[in-house]
Amino acid sequence: MRTLRLIWIGWKFHVKSLTLSSFFLLTSVLQPIIFASIAYFMFRVGAREGTLLYVALGAGMMGIWSSTLFGSGGAIQWQRWQGTLEYCIAVPPPFLLVILPLTLATATIGLYSLTATLIWGRLFFDVPLEVANPVAFVVAIPVTVVGLGLLGLILASTFIMYRNANALSNLLEYPVWLVTGLLVSLSLLPGWVGPISWALAPTWGVNALREAAIAGNPWPEIGMCLALGAVYLVIGHFTLQQFERLARERATLSLT
Amino acid sequence: MAVVEALDLHRTYRTSTGVLRRRWMDVEAVRGVSFGIEQGELFGLLGPNGAGKTTTIKMLITLLIPTKGTASVLGFDVVKDAREVRRRIGYVFGGERGVYERLSGYDNLRYFAELYGVPPKEIRPRIDYLLELVGLKGREQERAEGYSRGMKQRLHIARGLLHDPPVVFLDEPTIGLDPIGARELRATIASLAEAGKTILLTTHYMFEADALCDRIAVINRGEIVAHGTPADLKRDVAKGTVVEVEVFGLPDGTADRVRALSGVVSVSVEEREQAQVLIVQTSSDAEPTHAILSNLDGANVGRISRREPTLEDVYVTLVSGE
Repeated sequence: MRTLRLIWIGWKFHVKSLTLSSFFLLTSVLQPIIFASIAYFMFRVGAREGTLLYVALGAGMMGIWSSTLFGSGGAIQWQRWQGTLEYCIAVPPPFLLVILPLTLATATIGLYSLTATLIWGRLFFDVPLEVANPVAFVVAIPVTVVGLGLLGLILASTFIMYRNANALSNLLEYPVWLVTGLLVSLSLLPGWVGPISWALAPTWGVNALREAAIAGNPWPEIGMCLALGAVYLVIGHFTLQQFERLARERATLSLT
Repeated sequence: MAVVEALDLHRTYRTSTGVLRRRWMDVEAVRGVSFGIEQGELFGLLGPNGAGKTTTIKMLITLLIPTKGTASVLGFDVVKDAREVRRRIGYVFGGERGVYERLSGYDNLRYFAELYGVPPKEIRPRIDYLLELVGLKGREQERAEGYSRGMKQRLHIARGLLHDPPVVFLDEPTIGLDPIGARELRATIASLAEAGKTILLTTHYMFEADALCDRIAVINRGEIVAHGTPADLKRDVAKGTVVEVEVFGLPDGTADRVRALSGVVSVSVEEREQAQVLIVQTSSDAEPTHAILSNLDGANVGRISRREPTLEDVYVTLVSGE
């Protein structure tokens, strides 16, 4: 009970903090417009199977991934810069319970990007917003957010350890868009990309949303997203423990 | 058994220079520091910048792992029992950093109250009490980014006391505060000591340490060079008297020449408006005033005074390595 309460209060705290960031406000206005445009023009020139909504959901997921990636990593780095990282490390609960609400908050903020992308797509490019299986769609959204948030947990652990892990987050944005099928269909990519994409929650998250939207069966994808989330949680718990100790050994928690 | 105990603590940092040809070097920040702090004691750790004060505190509050040596708080080892230590300590770093700027003071305290496991029903009254204690009542709903340096500092103090810890670490808590803010903060620290908290305080301000601390350790270049009560240190280290000579246009090299005089223990120079004040600590049997004046190369001399050594004189003697 105490653990759930800590996660809930931490999530609310970080969502509030993130939404008061002017950088967030700027990107949350601009990014969905860019993503909606990408979705529309890709669909128009691609002339492939699928609906416009199918593509728009991929574009919306790009926003959730960007938010998780830069939010989880960036928030750790920002905490280091503003001097709160040390205060957060030296509290009694396991560091997992301090960081998990933060990564879930960043993924939640990404939801705004998904919503805004779909709305911009509807307003400017006539993207149809009819969802065939609304119940599954509503279930798939939080499951996807949690899956991505837990993936963010692993990323966040590297930021605890390395002061300059920004380079990692910059490197990971576009490749993950590609290998998880958010930008183009996985069938167009080389075969070796398959196993990589299966290990990433965004792949299953976007597939779940798409299946729910087009009256397919999204439940296996939702299950995979949850299963991967559980694996990420175990890995994240381990890496956070290890990296926190290493950071205390190597003195990388503060800037000085 | 001491509440806080450090035994032969060492901490070495590994740093590198260069990009392509990276060269690594080890910097020994703390070199064999040992001390103990008793229940209810206010213990001061004094030293210049880079002496190892903050590194020592960070090892005691579990943020850094010692390279060598051991430390414990209330019997719990700071490495092996880090979580047990964290439950029982509060800590405050000086400066403006360490606050969630975009959120209100209340939000900041509310979040950390949760992290420190304050029972839900006690959170509101506890925060109200602390806001009153540090003088932030009525300003708690404002965003922290609009707080003055002093207000942020007071918010830090409140955060460090949320879970009513028996042991409190204060790392230069009054640094950069205006005189009134610093005085209020010192009163708060004194009230904590009166309430029975065991406190480790680091500061640059000697009068602050003199006024607040039961015992003091002076640390320089990573090693403790003296420890005792302020009175002990003044008696044992700063023997003799202090001569202060006000000079208008102190010639270059004067301090070095005076330092070489017989009976001179330490020399420092303070700027006071247009004048420079040569502060010369002498041994008890020396009377070097005439010799000092003859080394001023005819510069205009103002007031000359003699006084008993203060804790600051002790500090200068110790950290100047003489």
